Amino acid sequence: MNMKKLATAIAVVTAALASPAAFAAWTLNMTPGISAISRRIYDLHMVMYWWCVAIAIVVFGFMIYTMVRFRKSQGAVPDTKLVHSTTVEIIWTVIPVLILIIMAVPATRTLIETDDASHSQLTIRITGYQWKWGYQYVDSGVEVLSTLDRASNAARQLGSNIDPATVPNYLLNVDHPLVVPAGVKVRLLISAQDVIHSWWVPALAIKKDAIPGFVNEAWFNIDADKTGLYRGQCAELCGRDHGFMPIVIDVRSKADFEAWLKTQQAMQRPADPAAPAVATAAPAPAHTG
Amino acid sequence: MAYSATAESHEHHDHKPSGLWRWLSTTNHKDIGTLYLIFAGVMFFVGGSMAMVIRLELFKPGMQFLDPAFFNSMTTVHALAMIFGAVMPAWVGLANWMIPLQVGAPDMALPRMNNFSFWLLPFAFTLLLIGFFVPGGAPAGGWTLYPPLVLQGGDSFPLAIFAIHLMGASSIMGAINVIVTIMNMRAPGMTLLRMPLFVWTWLITAYLLIAVMPVLAGAVTMLLTDHFFGTSFFSASGGGDPVMFQHVFWFFGHPEVYILILPAFGIVSEVIPTFSRKPLFGYEAMVYATASIAFLSFIVWAHHMFTVGMPLAGELFFMLSTMLIAIPTGVKVFNWSATMWKGSLTFEPPMLFCLAFLFLFSIGGFSGLMLAIAPADFQYQDTYFVVAHFHYVLVPGSIFTIIAAVYYWLPKWTGHMYDMTLAKWHFWLSTIFVNVLFFPQHFLGLAGMPRRIPDYATQFADWNMVSSIGGFGFGLSQLLFPYIVIKCIRGGEKAAARVWEGAHGLEWEVPSPAPYHTWETAPSLAVIHSGGEHWTED
Repeated sequence: MNMKKLATAIAVVTAALASPAAFAAWTLNMTPGISAISRRIYDLHMVMYWWCVAIAIVVFGFMIYTMVRFRKSQGAVPDTKLVHSTTVEIIWTVIPVLILIIMAVPATRTLIETDDASHSQLTIRITGYQWKWGYQYVDSGVEVLSTLDRASNAARQLGSNIDPATVPNYLLNVDHPLVVPAGVKVRLLISAQDVIHSWWVPALAIKKDAIPGFVNEAWFNIDADKTGLYRGQCAELCGRDHGFMPIVIDVRSKADFEAWLKTQQAMQRPADPAAPAVATAAPAPAHTG
Repeated sequence: MAYSATAESHEHHDHKPSGLWRWLSTTNHKDIGTLYLIFAGVMFFVGGSMAMVIRLELFKPGMQFLDPAFFNSMTTVHALAMIFGAVMPAWVGLANWMIPLQVGAPDMALPRMNNFSFWLLPFAFTLLLIGFFVPGGAPAGGWTLYPPLVLQGGDSFPLAIFAIHLMGASSIMGAINVIVTIMNMRAPGMTLLRMPLFVWTWLITAYLLIAVMPVLAGAVTMLLTDHFFGTSFFSASGGGDPVMFQHVFWFFGHPEVYILILPAFGIVSEVIPTFSRKPLFGYEAMVYATASIAFLSFIVWAHHMFTVGMPLAGELFFMLSTMLIAIPTGVKVFNWSATMWKGSLTFEPPMLFCLAFLFLFSIGGFSGLMLAIAPADFQYQDTYFVVAHFHYVLVPGSIFTIIAAVYYWLPKWTGHMYDMTLAKWHFWLSTIFVNVLFFPQHFLGLAGMPRRIPDYATQFADWNMVSSIGGFGFGLSQLLFPYIVIKCIRGGEKAAARVWEGAHGLEWEVPSPAPYHTWETAPSLAVIHSGGEHWTED
């Protein structure tokens, strides 16, 4: 074996994967997110992952050892009487049961926590449409309609000849993001107008179906220091342009958010209350997250 | 024509019509088995070419070739063709060929219904595929057919519903036939706990089919009346509930995925003992584990729906019940491993495919366990992580074991050995490319790429390109399969009755190729006992 060559190859690959440019593209894992809950879910995912790795090492190790050790070509003689062992069978039933119980405890705890939307300070209604998202701040009445940004939309047309790499945040950018405060427990009431959509922001670890005629509830409380832009997509097949209705949340400090909401409220309280207010929402900030 | 080759050598002593009429009118379980397998093979390449189109569009970001609506048709029809057209008919074909041989029966119990259940399938798939040529295009709402989206379909919508009705009727008849054959036609002395595992897993599968295919038929009929007759089962504006469809669908859908995999467990339980030259470890535990998995399949369905907004108690129940599946599945994997322990292993193509199954199906099991964890599933649901998961259990799970079964019994069917070297190439290329194809999809899903999208953000570009390269490699390597099979039908080294040194079971007691009619006289007790699946001391 040429171990030196192998070591060099591993080093080269590791270096390539670790360099910042490559890291952005060759992503391997889930985001830990920007809230306590999203980190709990990430931890749960990692715990499950390492359990699977550990079990795989034991089980696959046993299989590989067996395959190498008991080859006919190496003169292995079959022990045809070895067909049953109650002890062994009990052991390999009981151990998985114990592992499952160990896995179930944190999973159940986290699940119960995600379900508790009480004591929220702000409520936002989310409505899925083919193929855009509508947001309404329930207390203030401010509404935002959020659709795929023009640059992405132009580039994604068949035969556009626009290189997606030249479009900033290709397919993950919108005209009007959902502006939310950090450090505030926000409740989401999610529904849809036409078909089922699913509102998913990985950084929040929230994916909740938007179902016409029904209202689903979700909540988040973003860390006070995690301001910025975070992106997601519709996660339930909703027709032709399912792939083209992204979600962008613009997380601002509590004070900035309140100032933004006030401005919007003033702009959207028109002289004629019947006039559609949605188009007047502030454009997305220029900076990217 | 390929179809006539298998039977020609026996025409001199078996009375049957010749040419096309033989195949249209046949009531012979071997002929019908062959028809099912050919049909499954054709649909595997139809569904596979759709997968190639999908991977081509996803090769790099930007829309290169397809309209998004056509892309959605590709994913939808790919799934329907592979599930209902390739995997299920392949299992029914193998059941037809092998169950009578394995239990010592002269034929299936209901031969005319057997013919009918096969000949429904070409009509069903004609209806489905005609959808590509009608206004509105082929079904594009996903194979899960969720309303209200599916109700927006064009003229192909009722065609697809009727196609599903026909497929369901065909499956139910096939299942009834399997159950009646196993229950009534076993040779005297072939007790239930002497049956080969393939027969056992198929018996349990057949019960699942009978239990859930009518549920699917009911669900799609309600879609039909919602669309055309003004009912509102699934429309909130009329007092219905779109989520109710998902509950009904997955009450069918989860047992359905075990319908696709339980016969695979049977094949692995046949092949590993043969090439380990050692009886299956824990035969009875294997039977009970299969039955437990079948039972659990009825109480876990809503784990496909963790994001629909179920009450907490519901999510908890479905999370915990789903985790339980790991126990009987683990028992099976441990039993297969223990079968190899202290065996005498050789690595012919059927064994190679089953060993790949052991490792890769387990990987699918691990991701399945992760997906069971409801809070984590909020992140996984409807992403490429799920796509990777179910392709790991269905491709190296079901498809690899179907290939293993064909390589295991092909000499019995044709009387010729096939080209072992080419079959090993087929194995290595398939195993390498299937991992290049599906493993990166775990990363894509975790990084945030939703499934069923025709175009994606640029940070997903690299792994998608790797996955597409794996896809093209896997697709091309499958062309070896029909080549090897056809070459084997046409000729080759003469196969012995007991093709494999370590093979035990009644199918190896008849000559190769198996005569047109077998076990017209039931095998003797001595033959049954010596060839029994688990070598007993008596």
